[in-house]
Amino acid sequence: MTPAARLSVKRFKPGQAVRVRRAFPPGHIRTPIYIRGAAGVIERDCGDCVNAEERAFARSGLPALPLYRVRFRQQEIWPGYDGPDSDSIEIEIYANWLEPA
Amino acid sequence: MTGFPSDDVPELARGVHDMGGLPGGPVDRHEHAVSLWEKRVDALLVLLTRKGVFSVDELRNAIERLGAEAYTAMSYYERWTASIAWNLMQRGVITADELGKRMAEIEAEGRQ
Repeated sequence: MTPAARLSVKRFKPGQAVRVRRAFPPGHIRTPIYIRGAAGVIERDCGDCVNAEERAFARSGLPALPLYRVRFRQQEIWPGYDGPDSDSIEIEIYANWLEPA
Repeated sequence: MTGFPSDDVPELARGVHDMGGLPGGPVDRHEHAVSLWEKRVDALLVLLTRKGVFSVDELRNAIERLGAEAYTAMSYYERWTASIAWNLMQRGVITADELGKRMAEIEAEGRQ
């Protein structure tokens, strides 16, 4: 079994509450460090994309992983954030980094 | 939620490239000229990735592993150049010996 095939693939629906896994592995990681551990909501399903974390190590990155755009509230991300309560940030995150919240 | 996600990020786990949320100073919005060598590096990467020699993810991975000092000191296309060289050696296209000799030749010729 290839490394990518060992990943558990979770499916989420728009509007579903999720949390970004709080993990700090070495490697080529597309989930920014500042968002790990944060709670958000699925904004849209971006389809299945080649797994960049795997392709970064000269492997195929297949099977493709679901990629989701996740919306977070800025006030929950940054200490001392003084913008409007409605301010949000959206980040595209691979399914292996998300858990149901 | 007891705190913010960025509160207790282990600093050793943060790559130099992963700078979201850190103070960055003002953004330079000026256009700047791209030099010939930079265009050539760009073209070289397009060729290498389209031919499947290595992927853009491998390009980025090697850039992220330059080390903080080199990453900060190098320009955008200097990082690409270092990463392309690394990946060509990783993939067995060139040897470090070939690259080192050619770099010394070019330096001796005084070329840019």
